[in-house]
Formats: sequence, C-alpha cells, structure tokens
Amino acid sequence: MAPDGGESADASLAILAEQLAKLKAVLIRVPDQAAAAQAVAELATAKNWKKVAYHGHPLLRPVAAALPCEAWEADASFEKQKLEGCDAGLTTCESIVAQLGAILVSSASSGGRALSILPHVHVVVAEAGQVVPDLGSALALAKARHGDQMPSMLSFITGPSRTGDIERILVLGAHGPKELYLVLVG
Amino acid sequence: MSDSKAIFLKDATVNAADGDQRAFIRKALGGYYLNRDLQKARYRDWERARDAASMAKWSAVNDLADVLEKFVGNFERNGGVVHWARDAAEARAIILKIAEDNKAKAIVKSKCMTSEEIHLNDALEKAGFGVVESDLGEFIQQLRGEAPYHFVFPCMHVKREAISELFTKHLGTAPTDSPEELTMIARRHLRQLYVDADIGITGANFLVAETGQISITENEGNARLTAALPRIHIALSGIEKVVRHLDDLSVLLPMLATAGAGQPMTCYNTLYSGPRKKGECDGPEQFHLVLLDNARTRLLADPEQRDALHCIRCGACLNVCPIFKNIGGLAYGTTYQGPIGSVITPHLRGLKQWNHLSGASSLCGACTDACPVRIDLHHHLLHNRRNAAKESPTLFDRVFHHGFNFVIKRPWLFATGGRIFRATLPLLQKLPVPYMRAWMKTRDLPKAPARSFRDQWKNEHA
Repeated sequence: MAPDGGESADASLAILAEQLAKLKAVLIRVPDQAAAAQAVAELATAKNWKKVAYHGHPLLRPVAAALPCEAWEADASFEKQKLEGCDAGLTTCESIVAQLGAILVSSASSGGRALSILPHVHVVVAEAGQVVPDLGSALALAKARHGDQMPSMLSFITGPSRTGDIERILVLGAHGPKELYLVLVG
Repeated sequence: MSDSKAIFLKDATVNAADGDQRAFIRKALGGYYLNRDLQKARYRDWERARDAASMAKWSAVNDLADVLEKFVGNFERNGGVVHWARDAAEARAIILKIAEDNKAKAIVKSKCMTSEEIHLNDALEKAGFGVVESDLGEFIQQLRGEAPYHFVFPCMHVKREAISELFTKHLGTAPTDSPEELTMIARRHLRQLYVDADIGITGANFLVAETGQISITENEGNARLTAALPRIHIALSGIEKVVRHLDDLSVLLPMLATAGAGQPMTCYNTLYSGPRKKGECDGPEQFHLVLLDNARTRLLADPEQRDALHCIRCGACLNVCPIFKNIGGLAYGTTYQGPIGSVITPHLRGLKQWNHLSGASSLCGACTDACPVRIDLHHHLLHNRRNAAKESPTLFDRVFHHGFNFVIKRPWLFATGGRIFRATLPLLQKLPVPYMRAWMKTRDLPKAPARSFRDQWKNEHA
C-alpha cells in the first residue's frame, strides 16, 4: 500500500537516488573511506567552509582530519554558541529509507540533537549497507538496536530544511540546513 | 443569534465577495493539488493505506484509557514528566508554573495548534514572559497580531508585499518581494533566539504508547531547534494523539505529509523519548508533557462522532473545502478551521454557540473523501445539525417543525397547500422574496406541474 522501497539492494539504491534528487538533497557515491574523506574535503574547499563541527565517530574522524579548514569535535566539548558559528555539521546516521529519501539520525549516531540541525549545511557519511527499503524497516531496526534504551532523539531528515509559508512557494533553508549531502560509501 | 454566528455571517459575506483574495487562495492551493496527486500516485494502494491509518487511530482512540496509561508509564520511565490538564485554564497554569519555578526569561515556541486552543501566548505574555513563535507562518501571524488562517498554512492568505512591510516595520529590514529573502530575514532573526531561550515549547503529532516517545512533524527545522537548545522542553498535546505501536508511524507519517502538504514525507519527523540522556552532549535537562483533555473525553463519549478524535490535523479537508476556499480561514473564528473545525468546535465550545458552522458546508463530501483517516466529516455536520435542533431548537426550527407536522398529518390540507403552491409559484419569480433574491437573480424557477403527483398516480393506476 505504501510507496515502493525496492525489492533488492540495487533497486532500493536507485529509488533512494531518485527521491533525494527530487528533495534537492545531494547524493555522493564513493567506493571507500579515503574517497569519502576526499569528497568532503572538496566540498569544504568549493563552499569555502571555515569551520566544520563533527561527531566523534570512527567513520568521521579520518574525514575531519582531511578537511582543509578548522574541524571541531562538537560532542566532545559541546557549546551551542560555538556550534551556531559553524558552516557545516558532519554526522553519521542510523539508517537511510529508500522509499522516502529519509535519513534517520539520532542523538547517539549524530553527536546529539543540534549538530544535524543548527549548522547551515549538513553532511552525512554512511555506508551503502545502511540503506533500508522502507520506513517500517528503519523503525524496526532502531527498536532492535536500542531496545528500551532509545536515544532521546530520533529524527527522519527528508531533504534540506524548507518552508512554503510565503504564498506556498518553496524556499529551502528555513531554520535548519539549507544544503544536505549524503556521502554513501560502497 | 449567537455572537459567534453574527460575526461569522458578517465576515463570511465580506470575504466571499472578495474575488481578488479568493483567486489568491485558489492559486496558493494549486501547487498543493498537483503535488498531492503526484505523491498519492506513488502509493501502491492509497485506499488501503487510508484503511491502515484509520485503523491505527481507531484502535488507540477506542481504548484510550488503557493506551494512554501505557504511554504515560513508558514516557515516565524515559525520564519525562507528565502533567494532566482537564481544561485550558489548568494547562496554562501548569506551563506558567514550570516557567516561574525555573525563572525562565525567554521562551521559544514551535508550531502547536493545541497552544492556540488554550491561548497560551496571551497567558505567558501577561505573566511577563517573552514568547516568540519560530515557525515562519506563525512568526508572521504573531507579528500581525492575527490568529492562524489555516492550521497547517498559518499565513497562506498574506501576500509577500504585506510580509515585506511587516518585516520592515518590526525588524527594520529593507523591503523585498522575494519569498526566499523574506524567509532568510526570519531565519537570521530567529537563530540567536533559539540559543538564548530557556524554554522551548512544542506540540506533538503522535504519542507512541509502545515506546513512550512523542513524534513531532515539521518542515522548517524550528521544532528540532526548539527541542535541542533550550534547557527545558515542554510539549503540549491533546490526549487523542496517542497510537499503540511505533510501527503505526510507518503509515501515519507519510500520509500526514502527502494528505496535508503533498510531500512524500515532511522534512523532519522526530521522536523524543526524554530529556538529555547520560552520555549525550546536548538536549534539555527537563522534559515536560502536558496532556490536555479540554472536552475531548466528551467527544469520546459520543459513539457516533468519536472518530473525529482520529484527526491527525493534516489540513487536507480545508484544502478541498469549497466553503473554506470562499470564506477563508479567519471567518470561522475557531482554532481549527474548515470541515474538521466545524465538526469538533461545537463539541469543544458548545453546540448552541457554534452550531452555525454545521451549515458552513455544501455537504459535497470532498472533505470525507480527502481525509486520510476516513473521518465521516460531512455526515458529522448533519449529526450536529440534528443534535442542535433537538437540544436548542431555534424559533424557525420550532415553528417549521410544528407546522410541517400539522400539515403532513392532514391529507386534505396537504393537497390544498400543494394547489396553492402550484398556482403561486410563477409569482415567486417576480416578487422579491427575502433570502432568495441573490439566488434568483441568475436563475429561473422550474414550471409548476399542472397536477400533483398524487393526482397523476391515481390516474395512471386507476
């Protein structure tokens, strides 16, 4: 009954790519970790980022180390005012829902609540194996992973922040990130 | 005539004659229809998805006491504090006390219709707290000093020029006619407010009994910020928002977005299960949830209209309603506009004062067709009309029903009346009959038949 999420991993990835494009989120497919670090570094250069906040996660530390600008491990010494001044936030995620192009982040996977919402740009680095077909699978996975110890926040992010409040005309970057990048490894 | 009815009739008459404004609203909704249909087409079976969504809500609302208790148990186990409010005054007092106990200075709010229902902003401001609405539409309406026009699109009736003027006046920004630039003005203005606020107030779209989480749906990211940065998070929700299982959201979240805004899913759908947990670097220290009854249990006690509590506040019924499109949202004078508002407001605020909204319908059924959780909206409007005629009949109701009763029991009188009516029908066309003048200006009455139906029947079957 719900929209199709794909019967195979390849089908899911194809649907995901299509959905993300419609949402104006940018999907960057890379073969390995090193290429992910390079892709993010290139983004930082192209967009002229001065300061990037990142979640202290084994997948992200090498990416942060390769950045051509200041990188700050936000969850190690969190300060909201400092985070407000960052150009981009770099996080991992729990899973990715192909059916809707939604990325499930949590306070556990993404360095708390603010890192994935306050900076002007949000970059998610994930592995292709984290893509699940539909919303039900993502919720079941979160339940299986966390049991009755759910992170205090779980958030499905479906494209960059948006509003249609003025004359129902779509504008990206209402209060949350104006740009959303998903760097998918593998 | 009740005051609310007099105001409604006056505003509705003025608005319905404003062709410019009506065209503006129709244009604003045009994109919605297109996107909604595109998204609906992606569903493998939209009608079955509606069944599933309505079953999820039915199953929780029909066992509300038990499901709520289970939700509250799990919510408290996660570290949140639950406050029960029987009515608007209790809810306001609870929230004021939290603000006072914590010596709050600045409060930031994300969109919450339940807070409009209890007039929370007024109460907070009177008590000396600064409150800022962070949703762009609500922010604009707050600056305008006006109630939301539509409970999902609060300022859909305001043109960009007016918003530009408003921002120039209140924020001192340069005039612009670009919706993007106007959005960025609000973005820049509000950013520091999230950082500085002590309390963040949000609503809740769903309360998940199984896990004790609350689910908040939004597009802008303002609710995410409101629940991330201030040290206290207060959520305000009606008791009917509960669902049994986390998996119920796998159908409800996409349908809410598709039916309400023509999106596959709104930008942020967030589940909160407590204040900051051990090991988490940010998030509020306290998480309060105010659960509001405010006549919802009265609606629950009505087996005929109980399903109105299934409403997920998507706004689809407003978007398709010919009355809403012609008279606009403000004319209703209610927190919830359109068909769903016309159904529930008489329950929330009294049938005698608000029954006139049951007539604010062409009974076309477009609302019932659009409702993702299958609420029988247009029939409920008829139920309200019937209940009002029973509970507090108007003089017209009484005279008309007695008269009808008297005539229909006397066949000779009925036949005589029919003869007189057939003979005088052409006169109605010429005479200026009150209430019918506007209608008859462009329409001709049908010709009266020479003989009554009963006469014809008698002849045919003699």
